[in-house]
Amino acid sequence: MSLPPDKNGQDKTGIVLTPEQKKSRDHRNLAIALAVGFFVLLFYVVTIAKLGPGVLTHPAE
Amino acid sequence: MSFVTGTRAEPHISIAGPRDYFDLLKPRVMSLVIYTAIGGVLIVPGPINPVLAIAALLAIAAGAGASGALNMWYDADIDAIMRRTRKRPIPSGRITRQEALAFGLTLAALAVFTLGIVANWLAASLLAFTIFFYVIIYSMWLKRATPQNIVIGGAAGAFPPMVAYAAITGTISLSSLALFALIFIWTPPHFWALALVKSEEYAKAGIPMLPTVAGPDRTRRDILLYTLLLVPAGTLPYLMGFASAFYGLLSAALGLCFLVLAVRVYRNRTGDIANKIAMDLFKFSILYLFLLFAALILEKSLVHLNVLV
Repeated sequence: MSLPPDKNGQDKTGIVLTPEQKKSRDHRNLAIALAVGFFVLLFYVVTIAKLGPGVLTHPAE
Repeated sequence: MSFVTGTRAEPHISIAGPRDYFDLLKPRVMSLVIYTAIGGVLIVPGPINPVLAIAALLAIAAGAGASGALNMWYDADIDAIMRRTRKRPIPSGRITRQEALAFGLTLAALAVFTLGIVANWLAASLLAFTIFFYVIIYSMWLKRATPQNIVIGGAAGAFPPMVAYAAITGTISLSSLALFALIFIWTPPHFWALALVKSEEYAKAGIPMLPTVAGPDRTRRDILLYTLLLVPAGTLPYLMGFASAFYGLLSAALGLCFLVLAVRVYRNRTGDIANKIAMDLFKFSILYLFLLFAALILEKSLVHLNVLV
């Protein structure tokens, strides 16, 4: 696994993902995104449930 | 894992997908935990906020999943030996031990934190203790040290209804302790029935299960003794007044069936028939717990929906 030489003509070594590795990484990233989104939604819903219907009433009214 | 440049060693790059991480959570154990925890929620006498109850159940499920991942992290060596566990994500090479450890610890912290925020810190502490008990006391210590491993370790599986009850009420009650006792006493005959059949596998993996250490005869006797305790323990919800007469009758009838099977296991000690009867008891034990909690969940749901008074 090597990359093309850099501007000084030096060989660089690096990691090039295989299509399978890239695909599984994308799937993991998507799962993490969904989990974080779910977590945000859960805390939003729980906050509303804890505050109750009074959350919509302004104290000054 | 090394990413140092200049070395010729190939770095580890994961090909694990979300499904592999899901398998780390031991989904079947997790579903049993959710199921019994629902029972713990519904035996609460007063009104229940459904949103907070569902959020608490999700946190408890995540805690159970974290315990499963941490158990697989620690037990990867013996999981690779036993046929039943060989295809798990770590022994099959899809996830490394370090990845499982990081995943399990993160999930455990998130689960405890979430339960503390959405419910209360007594429930969160109980959940943290349950994870600690399953991973440290059971997996890392008792499992490989004593044939009483699943007797004491069974407490970890018995805690979820108590955690769920505490999440709704902020307290521990005798009724939630009764559900704890039911699962705690159910665990030894359930696992020993399986261990009687799979004793060679456990011996190969070096796990000191009762049949391999004390012999199948002693195991059969202990299964019978625990079943004698289980029959009255199963009826406790009725005797303590938080389940109906229907539940009382059902638990007595199922307990009697359990006892008949345990006596058959005690009497039939050789040949294929002995293994078959032990497997029958193992399968029935699952049905027993499933039906008792189904009855409890059903009648308590009707009470909360004001269908039954």
